[in-house]
Amino acid sequence: MCLAVPGKILETTDLGISRLGKVDFGGVTRQVQLDFVPEAQTGDYVLVHVGFAISKVAEEEARRTYELLRQLAEEMPEEPA
Amino acid sequence: MRYLDEYRDAGLARALAARIRARVTGSWTLMEICGGQTHTIMRYGLPELLPPGIELVHGPGCPVCVTPLETVDRAIEIAGRPGVIFVSYGDMLRVPGSHSDLFRVKAAGGDVRVAYSPMEALKIARQNPERPVVFFGIGFETTAPANAMAVWQAKREGLRNFSMLVSHVLVPPAIRLILGSPSNRVQGFIAPGHVCSVMGYQEYETLSREFRLPIVVGGFEPVDLLEAIAMLVEQLEEGRAELENQYSRSVTRSGSEPARRIMDEVFEVTSRQWRGIGPIAQSGYRLREEYAAYDAERIFGAGEIQVQEPAECIAALVMQGLKKPVDCPAFGTRCTPEAPMGASMVSSEGACAAYYSYRRHIPEAQG
Repeated sequence: MCLAVPGKILETTDLGISRLGKVDFGGVTRQVQLDFVPEAQTGDYVLVHVGFAISKVAEEEARRTYELLRQLAEEMPEEPA
Repeated sequence: MRYLDEYRDAGLARALAARIRARVTGSWTLMEICGGQTHTIMRYGLPELLPPGIELVHGPGCPVCVTPLETVDRAIEIAGRPGVIFVSYGDMLRVPGSHSDLFRVKAAGGDVRVAYSPMEALKIARQNPERPVVFFGIGFETTAPANAMAVWQAKREGLRNFSMLVSHVLVPPAIRLILGSPSNRVQGFIAPGHVCSVMGYQEYETLSREFRLPIVVGGFEPVDLLEAIAMLVEQLEEGRAELENQYSRSVTRSGSEPARRIMDEVFEVTSRQWRGIGPIAQSGYRLREEYAAYDAERIFGAGEIQVQEPAECIAALVMQGLKKPVDCPAFGTRCTPEAPMGASMVSSEGACAAYYSYRRHIPEAQG
């Protein structure tokens, strides 16, 4: 129920009372409400739940933590299957 | 990066599992509260990757599951009224009330529609001005801002045929109930990443301090969950009890201020009944007085409905981490997702249903 799917903002439209975005989810484009992520702009990734973006993906942070994970995977000896 | 597939990488998962195995000396019981996380844990068979000292138990964080039978009955009653268009998230349609479900109302000629977003229900209301349109507003803090926005916009537009049957619940009061119980077994919590994307994690810092217990805000993919488990294990082994944030690509300490503002504008905190658990003080939302004209409960006055749960069902113990689904004599026999007896079997995110669907991963559950 609390599922949220990451997608990339292709364009934004300001309607005054609300802000909408065209968001690409791996090839499928949907309209998303951007009211809760005023900082998100075209090109940013957002996590979308029931038609609303609930957060902007912190891409630098994601890259940094992912690199740490990759390093861990390289350092860990392979487990016997 | 696409922020999805990377976190389903088997190599990373194995490395994290190895790190957990290398670190564990004690026996630790950890709980994830969110049903989406429960589902990932069972789907990917994460318990099999963990050393025997780590036990995962599953909290009550499935909003479909904890929606009271009385509320489901009320929804069914309203949806069956002539002229009404009843709109719901898909997950709610097959949840049985005491005598029927929304699918059967639809089959009998009721106008029951599935929406992906509450904004679709608003659109239906605009297109059908002569008919009452009722949206079933359930969910945790992740969903509450979207539902609040629909009500706010309806009021702003003067849309008088739209209303919401609200049954919102909040995560921290449920955590407090579990940790405050004398029979509590949980030693570390995975906090729900999408709830915290909206709310931030300050409430969870308070819980961590209050109960001297580590809490890690976790994501929803297998690598996220294994990393959160590794962070909890490290804290427990080192004797620390802090709030840490594994899901930092989505969660900040303060969350989304605009989302919380719209929730505060439209909803107020109230006590709620949790199916399978019972009443929890100050554990949910209802519409504020200013939005009474959009409150389906007031408009349709469906009245008090009292329903008894089957005595055999142990969902309450499962959702507090005191029992596993497989401990229930009815599991997989008299109680299945097709004919659920209690709360944690009614949705694919309930612990019992997740165990049932992915029982190939659970030796005790293979009949």
